[in-house]
Formats: sequence, structure tokens, C-alpha cells
Amino acid sequence: MATRDDIKFLSNPTLGQQRKKYCRFKKYGIKYIDYKDQEFLLQFVNEQGKLLPRRITGNSLKYQKLVAVAVKRARHLAILPYVTDLLK
Amino acid sequence: MNHYEVTFVIDPVLSGDEIKTTASTYQSLLKDQGCDIVHVNEMGLRQLAYPLNKKSSGVYYCIEFTSPVGSVIGKAELALRRDERIMRFLTVKLDKYGIKYNEDRRTGKISAYKKKESKKKPSDASGSEVAAAAPVAPPVEIIQPEPVIEAPVVMAHSEEE
Repeated sequence: MATRDDIKFLSNPTLGQQRKKYCRFKKYGIKYIDYKDQEFLLQFVNEQGKLLPRRITGNSLKYQKLVAVAVKRARHLAILPYVTDLLK
Repeated sequence: MNHYEVTFVIDPVLSGDEIKTTASTYQSLLKDQGCDIVHVNEMGLRQLAYPLNKKSSGVYYCIEFTSPVGSVIGKAELALRRDERIMRFLTVKLDKYGIKYNEDRRTGKISAYKKKESKKKPSDASGSEVAAAAPVAPPVEIIQPEPVIEAPVVMAHSEEE
């Protein structure tokens, strides 16, 4: 019968595993977040234009705060919307 | 010496010349107050994310300047607030990273963030392009992210009215 070597996984064992989240600002050395760069800031808001939590983006606390400030400045200048639907 | 940056949105209904004179008014105003203009970024006609004064687009300008005294800001903002041609404005004091970022943007070390095509999963594709800082060709958009070539291009929009 089947030996231990023959045993194959029915599904990919790495499938359910979560990739480790990281802070992109720390990893790539980004020190300043431009409030005029709409495309960049769109990564940190959801479809309704709300800020995404750190839980999801993986930002460190320091940079999450800077992201929040940049998004709020962009909203004031009508670069990003305050409220909307189907932003992405 | 403090480093500041004032961004404002000009009414798009004005003619191209009027928009230019509006922007240069504030440059000369800042110069009269003893500021040094570091750079003027004409971001051009852009769609607004929500209507301002019942208009759906606006002409963006960003003036970066240094000032020995902070009292200039109050005077400049008062003038901006009284001006009917200005729809929105925002003055920001730049920290050392902001100054460096703007400088790198001008010299082309950093290009504007561009959405990546699905090479990687969208969750981890982000950010790497900004850090790579390679001067890739500017994205085809309403904004012209390269400040060098901007000046002649921007005013082409104004003939639409």
C-alpha cells in the first residue's frame, strides 16, 4: 500500500496561509506622502472613499497617521471625494 | 527660513490669460512680502472629485516658496479668500521630507504613482513602483506630472469654453 512518500495533498497546503503584512512606507523608504497624488492615495480608501484601516493596509501607526492627513487634505482640494459610491 | 506650499483651484470658466494672470498675481504678492518662489507647479485642468461652486472641473496651481516670517501666510490666505476666481486653496508647511520629495519630483527621480497592470496580486503590487524611482514616461492623464514640459501644455485646455 501507499508509503508516506506517496501521500500527496489534495489541495495546495499554502492556499489558506496568510501572507505577512508589511508597512510599504517602511519597506520602501517612503518618507513623504503627497496629498496631490490621487492615484497613490486611492490605495488607502475603499469604494466609498473611506480610509482603510491599518488592519487591511498593514501600515505602521506613524505612516497611517500621515496617510490620514494626506487623504483629508486631498478631500479639501477636491482631489478625492468625501463621500461617493463606486470609486474604484 | 520656512518652506511652504500653497495649492489653489482656479475657476475654469475664465479664459487662459485670466487664469495665468491670477496665478502670477499670487506669485508677485508672495515676492512683495519677501518670499522666494522655489517652484510653480501648473497641474492644469483636472476633474474635481465633487462639484465646487457648481463646477465639475478646475485649474490646479501649486506654488512652493520659502519665507523668513510666518505672517506672510495670513496675508496671502486673506487675498485668496477674497478672490472670487479662486475656488479652493490650501497652504501647507513642508517638512524636510516634503522638500526633498518635491525636489526629486522636479528632477524626475520620483514619477507620479501609476497603477500597475496585473503582474502581481493587487494587494502587494503597491508602493514598489514609487520606491523604484525610475523616471518612467508620465501617465497619459489630464495632469502632466513632469513639471518641466508643463508650461506650454496646460493652457491648451482653455480654448474649450
